[in-house]
Amino acid sequence: MRSERGDLIAILQEVQARFGYLPEEAMRQVARFVAVPESQVYGVATFYSQFRLTPGGRKTVRVCQGTACHVQGEAQILAAIKKEMGVVPGTTAPGGDFGLETVACLGACSLAPNMTVDGDVHGQLTPAKAVEIISRLVEKR
Amino acid sequence: MDAITLTIDGAAVTVRRGATVLEAAQQAGIYIPTLCSDHDLEPYGGCRLCIVEIEKMAGLPTACTTPATSGMVVRTATPAVNEARRDIVALLLADYPDDCPACTGDDRCDFHQVVAYLGLDEQPFRRLHRSIPIDSSNPFFERDLDYCIACGKCVRTCDEVVNVDAIEMASRGYTILPSAFGGKPIVQSNCISCGECVVRCPTAALMPKERRLPAQEVKTTCPYCGVGCQIYLGVSDGQVISVRGDRDNDVNRGLLCVKGRFGVAGYVNHPERLTLPLVRKDGALRETTWDEALEMVAGRLAGFGKGEVAVISSAKCTNEDNYVIQKFARTVLGTNNIDHCARL
Amino acid sequence: MGKLTGLLKRRGAPETHTVLVCQGTGCQSSKSDQIQAALQQEIVQLGLSDRVKVKSTGCHGFCQRGPTLIIEPDGIFYTRVKAQDVPEIARCHLDDGQIIDRLLYQHPGTLEAVSHYHDIPFYKKQQRLIMRNCGQINPEDIQDYLDTGGYQALRNVLSGMTPEQVIAEIRRSGLRGRGGAGFPTGQKWQFCRDSAAPQKFVICNADEGDPGAFMDRGIMEGDPYTILEGFTIAAYAIGASQGYIYVRAEYPLAIKRLRIALKQAREHGFVGDHILDSDFSFDVTIKEGAGAFVCGEETALMASIEGKRGMPRARPPFPAQSGLWGQPTNINNVKTLASIPVILTRGAEWYSSIGTETSKGTAVFALTGKIANSGLVEVPMGTALRQIIYDIGGGVPGGKSFKAAQTGGPSGGCLPADFLDLPVDYESLTQAGSIMGSGGLVIMDEATCMVDIARYFLSFTQHESCGKCVPCRVGTKQMLEILKDITTGKGRAGDIDLLVRLGNSIKVGSLCGLGRTAPNPALTSIRYFRDEYDAHIRDHRCPAGVCQELA
Repeated sequence: MRSERGDLIAILQEVQARFGYLPEEAMRQVARFVAVPESQVYGVATFYSQFRLTPGGRKTVRVCQGTACHVQGEAQILAAIKKEMGVVPGTTAPGGDFGLETVACLGACSLAPNMTVDGDVHGQLTPAKAVEIISRLVEKR
Repeated sequence: MDAITLTIDGAAVTVRRGATVLEAAQQAGIYIPTLCSDHDLEPYGGCRLCIVEIEKMAGLPTACTTPATSGMVVRTATPAVNEARRDIVALLLADYPDDCPACTGDDRCDFHQVVAYLGLDEQPFRRLHRSIPIDSSNPFFERDLDYCIACGKCVRTCDEVVNVDAIEMASRGYTILPSAFGGKPIVQSNCISCGECVVRCPTAALMPKERRLPAQEVKTTCPYCGVGCQIYLGVSDGQVISVRGDRDNDVNRGLLCVKGRFGVAGYVNHPERLTLPLVRKDGALRETTWDEALEMVAGRLAGFGKGEVAVISSAKCTNEDNYVIQKFARTVLGTNNIDHCARL
Repeated sequence: MGKLTGLLKRRGAPETHTVLVCQGTGCQSSKSDQIQAALQQEIVQLGLSDRVKVKSTGCHGFCQRGPTLIIEPDGIFYTRVKAQDVPEIARCHLDDGQIIDRLLYQHPGTLEAVSHYHDIPFYKKQQRLIMRNCGQINPEDIQDYLDTGGYQALRNVLSGMTPEQVIAEIRRSGLRGRGGAGFPTGQKWQFCRDSAAPQKFVICNADEGDPGAFMDRGIMEGDPYTILEGFTIAAYAIGASQGYIYVRAEYPLAIKRLRIALKQAREHGFVGDHILDSDFSFDVTIKEGAGAFVCGEETALMASIEGKRGMPRARPPFPAQSGLWGQPTNINNVKTLASIPVILTRGAEWYSSIGTETSKGTAVFALTGKIANSGLVEVPMGTALRQIIYDIGGGVPGGKSFKAAQTGGPSGGCLPADFLDLPVDYESLTQAGSIMGSGGLVIMDEATCMVDIARYFLSFTQHESCGKCVPCRVGTKQMLEILKDITTGKGRAGDIDLLVRLGNSIKVGSLCGLGRTAPNPALTSIRYFRDEYDAHIRDHRCPAGVCQELA
């Protein structure tokens, strides 16, 4: 019992890696598998900011909100992304090209301000540079 | 008893070893405000209202989570303690709706009692509003999370007391709230509607749909099964309107199931409920007196042999009643043909 | 410079070189992996393979100048290297012994190029004990660690020291927890050792969550072996047979390197059954966090390892009595554990000679913000803030003036210029109203609004509050609302006093360390920069020009 319950978070991470989010039916199956009440699986899934309960974009952009990034103007970067791309944190670009999120701190503070695209760090951003990187994620239609 | 003695507000209090400071104070009749503790639940330390001063301990420890130790000196209501408590309650009130349906003016509501004890005379903080849809999906109670103070009692009750785990705290921080799986209405969860959470909710977040207060209470045994749970029927105008479990007996220690808590008034007051025996005369059932009915049954039974009769009793009778009827069947009627309705 | 180049040439080719290419998160973000691949290719093409070795290392610490590489044995430090520089490095330097001046670090003050790693002020004033191998060894090759004397401490311990002797040595060293609270490590181990139980656990807290801090990430990426070695020694000292390293999921490279290090350590018999043929067995599991700052708190961290919501619980019982799955558990920070091997190989006396009376050893800081040289720095405890900021950090860039140093992240405070000569140690920082914390050191200049910074931190703690206790859950929300009002011109007379009163109630009333320290950034900024609050509230003016609605 012990190891199974202890593996709950890792299993949910695996599920999210597979689907991009935690589908409801998957959470129910995980609950049965680790013998944890469904409500508690939902409690864990909603506690940790890494987990998402709705599908995201094809790529995930995370803008760092760490202290160094804040001091170096992270707010202007988010504002530029909103203005140029029309996307605010927590939402997905039209067509699902990318989802925009914020993250507490990436720990790449010397390169502030930062963001990641599917985990790759882009540092020493300017609003223009950030918009340029994100523009490349939008597929031509 | 392995006992220890400590001092609370100058009074010597002797408690069993392992008791918390809160339990010691309660035993001595000293009131310490609290909204998240319950004697059926593990200490939680969430509402922080039971903070006290304890000599040789840093800060303001919570009485509910601190084990009482021998020689401990506790002060429950110093200015520093009450100042912090008042801010905590003011924080809770800052986003608590003004119109509270639980506010009956009496001390049934824990929150009301705490506010009254602390004597809050100002609201220094910003007014915040929450607007969460009411969940009325359960037939017996409503959940209005605008009144929720996230004490977690409902969740812990469902886990520790009832072992059903229909709900868990979801999200975190300011948006933390009790929730069923997937944020779905309670009725879609595995909730068994026992209402134990409703009983323990210290605010108006969980309220029974029947909100009338009884004029008087009558102690009795729950009529639903043979367990013999002790209950208080709340009565007004000759009608049963509420049920609560009796905490001071060893059968159910106050706990009830959905039938006992929410099912009694419904059938006791039901217009089709039989309150007099019926006899069939000329092909139709009609009401009669107990004397006539018993006489008729006794007369008819006398005409049968031992193996020719069977007795069907009711699962709604108490164990004692069922004992008596089987005794009657076996020794008076002389038959072992006895069963009861739960198996039919 | 010409003299130096000549010197290199006089030594006579062919020379053997080792190129240390930083593969930390910072440098990788500017494609240091491609640079390394290109360099390797170039070396093959030039036929230098037999005398030039290219080695990946962890973080050199000077991330801001990344990608960086060091060429040994010359000790030449190249910064901001690009892929197109690679052919020149290979041909001119590695083949021909010519230093490439334009890739050298340029002193921001004198604009002079500095060629040697050790001469750069950023490194010169540092004393690297915890990070002694970071940027030097290949963090994915245990042999490199062994070549620097790695695992000697564990060998010594298992071959001739009792757990009690190990604890006594750590106590004598004066080592205190590097997670922030500064509790004496030896004493903490003793508590857990004294708890009788058939099963005990050790946990390495690598859930570095403070925004603006990346010390632990740098160490995990640069020298995961020393953490594992210290961890194994801790397990031996307290009598634990199982350990967990809890790393935040935002650090994929650190997790990858820890996994590699663990696998190699197991293959070499440093982890597993009968370690180094002794009676001591110990295994390690790496657990990934899932995005919750509060899981840096010990009881929340344990709940998270158990697969639950990371909600702290009241103490007692303490983890040393009843921790993970109810068993005695000892939790140490990455830097604490990384200090253990060096203390045991060089001795408690040597270690305790570094630092101040009450704070021994070195402190690692992530120096960031409005600072010329940002990166990871390690200095003896008691070093003045001024030295770290100006001598190592090169001061505030852009001709702006220094306004405040923020230590301790969301639990700490902002210290003004009056405190520049403050020796950095546990007691001094606490006395000044901030805390040592785990090592975030964010520098702010005159263009930083202190009310906005307070709002920023409260927004962080509010978002990261677990929600269990009222003072933290609702109190930080209220503080944030009031600060938002102030930064948008809706501040009211009396708001400052209200913040102080509420802040104090949250500090005394909260369940765990997160809530108890959450008001600090607001309270210290009120204490030292009250006039900025007044300007916002009374004059509807943001002196730093940050708050848009008031500009």
